[in-house]
Amino acid sequence: MALLEVSHLKTSFFTDAGEVKAVNDVSFSLERGKVLGIVGESGSGKSVTAYSILQILAGTGKIVGGSVKLDGQELVGAGEKVMKTVRGNRISIIFQDPMTSLNPTYTIGRQLMEAILLHTNRNRKEAYDRAVEMLRLVNINEPEKRMKQYPFEHSGGMRQRVMIAMALACEPDILIADEPTTALDVTIQAQILELMGQLQKELGMAIIMITHDLGVVAQMCDEVVVMYAGSICEQGTADEIFYHPRHEYTKGLMRSIPTADTAGKKLQPITGTPIDLLNLPKGCPFAPRCDNAMKICIQQRADRMQINEGHAAACWMNVKQGLADGTLTLGEEGGDTDA
Amino acid sequence: MPENRPLIEVKDLKEYFMINTGLLRSKPLKAVDGVSFSIQKGETLGLVGESGCGKTTVGRTILHLYKPTGGEIWYDGKQIRTKADIREFRKKATMVFQDPYSSLNPRMTVSDIIGEPLDVHNLCKTKAERQDRILELMDYVGLNSEHAARYAHEFSGGQRQRIGIARALAVDPDFIVCDEPVSALDVSIQAQVINMFDDLQEKLGLTYLFIAHDLLVVRHISDRIAVMYLGHMVELASAGEIYDHPLHPYSQSLLSAVPVPDPQVARANKRIVLSGDIPSPLNAPSGCPFRTRCRYACDKCAESMPPFEEVSAGHFVACHRVAEVN
Repeated sequence: MALLEVSHLKTSFFTDAGEVKAVNDVSFSLERGKVLGIVGESGSGKSVTAYSILQILAGTGKIVGGSVKLDGQELVGAGEKVMKTVRGNRISIIFQDPMTSLNPTYTIGRQLMEAILLHTNRNRKEAYDRAVEMLRLVNINEPEKRMKQYPFEHSGGMRQRVMIAMALACEPDILIADEPTTALDVTIQAQILELMGQLQKELGMAIIMITHDLGVVAQMCDEVVVMYAGSICEQGTADEIFYHPRHEYTKGLMRSIPTADTAGKKLQPITGTPIDLLNLPKGCPFAPRCDNAMKICIQQRADRMQINEGHAAACWMNVKQGLADGTLTLGEEGGDTDA
Repeated sequence: MPENRPLIEVKDLKEYFMINTGLLRSKPLKAVDGVSFSIQKGETLGLVGESGCGKTTVGRTILHLYKPTGGEIWYDGKQIRTKADIREFRKKATMVFQDPYSSLNPRMTVSDIIGEPLDVHNLCKTKAERQDRILELMDYVGLNSEHAARYAHEFSGGQRQRIGIARALAVDPDFIVCDEPVSALDVSIQAQVINMFDDLQEKLGLTYLFIAHDLLVVRHISDRIAVMYLGHMVELASAGEIYDHPLHPYSQSLLSAVPVPDPQVARANKRIVLSGDIPSPLNAPSGCPFRTRCRYACDKCAESMPPFEEVSAGHFVACHRVAEVN
């Protein structure tokens, strides 16, 4: 059984302008000790997916369907009491902005110890020792001195380390990292990613890495979920997604990144502008920006098609290609189309 | 294509900010401390480095948004000294800002935003001429004429950046400082804007100083790249050269830290992970600014600042141990 099983998750925000379907039928599973990447642009629903798993949505947001199972236990509708034992204990989260996610008026030590005292049976002395041990684990020098300092006395990279220490203090099974390095410089990013990779191996936890940076995904992730406009357009192993993308959006993304080969040439951008979630089209949400959009793409949303064991995509191009290759005959749409 | 004539020359540029460190006490923060380079006409010079290295300050000081503490700035063979020089210079040199959300006035329409530089410099004699020019500029950056009467908040990030670029083009400049113009944009939109910078350069013969921290983007767009660290320029070479043969230990670790969007390469990649953070420019180390994080640092590095020397044709580096390191 998978450690975390998300199936047909739907989350909407009810605003004055109407219902915004931020997460629309999202399913994936996460195995123990694996790193899953969720990529997509702003507004694609990647963060809301994570917040839905932890049920920490803003006031107007609500899970309207689907299920989230942790070790077989249903979390959707389980109630706040159950969620309190899950958050921090079994699933922790670190946020993008290490500058604003720490309380500026409390010392680092007090904030770290608060998390430990709340979730474990340790007394204050034991919690203090544990906090110091965690700071040492994330490579912070002189942890005893740092415990007495305030967040403003730490650099961005150090604050993100403190956030990681806090998230890992209760040895969670799953760490959700929501754009953990976006606000940091590349050399500091490299430090943090290396630290996360090393801790993940040592502690054997699973990580959900939410990012828009395909470079970070390539470096860290075993499995990748690509999201667009609230839905998953493609998911599979990192190698499959990077080397054999089977959704037009993923292909477009891969083409639009500058590489050594594009120097002096024009990039191939994805045309158009991101979609308005209030007015989702009937067909594929990417169809208005897709260069290869067909009639059916505008009329009907493609179902998830299994391409091979570790790869699925929701794109009609796979059917077209399958028919052309003869690997698919009419009447078995969505069946295997050899990669 | 770049011509072999410098359009912008910067000689030993210094920009210090006075910071209060206590009652009636202050100390200079050396944001830029002796930087020299030139940009050829039609060339794109990429300027990279971590936050706090002074790259934005270099861009702003060139345009005299900050008064330089020391050094000289030459435009087209003429030094910029007096207020009148600066005023003339600003008709030829403009800037595109990083944040397309805060750099546009929310109370002005698109046509007023783009038209403001035209009014400031009295570039249009009649209202009709002004309107035509605004529409022409909007066309350059791929905005429709019906967008003219709208406000900035009605646009997405990518479109706002187009408005910012149209405003920068309004005075018909030769030189544009692009300060992280694509870092706030999504990957799919980023490529559109980068291509637009390329197209505009070809069409209008523009010269760019392209400041960014995304090294993949900088390599794509630049002819030459300069690397800065703590107010100093540590390396300058052609884009291909700096990526294939970085000589300064800082450039080497900076480049190896870039996550490559290719899983097999990324797994095999041997990263040089730097320990520690960039020191505060208020307490910059003696000698070479990078020595506190450098694997190769020796006594000499603490004693004196290494000179910025040409080690091969067009490849400049400031490192005492460049021969031993490589």
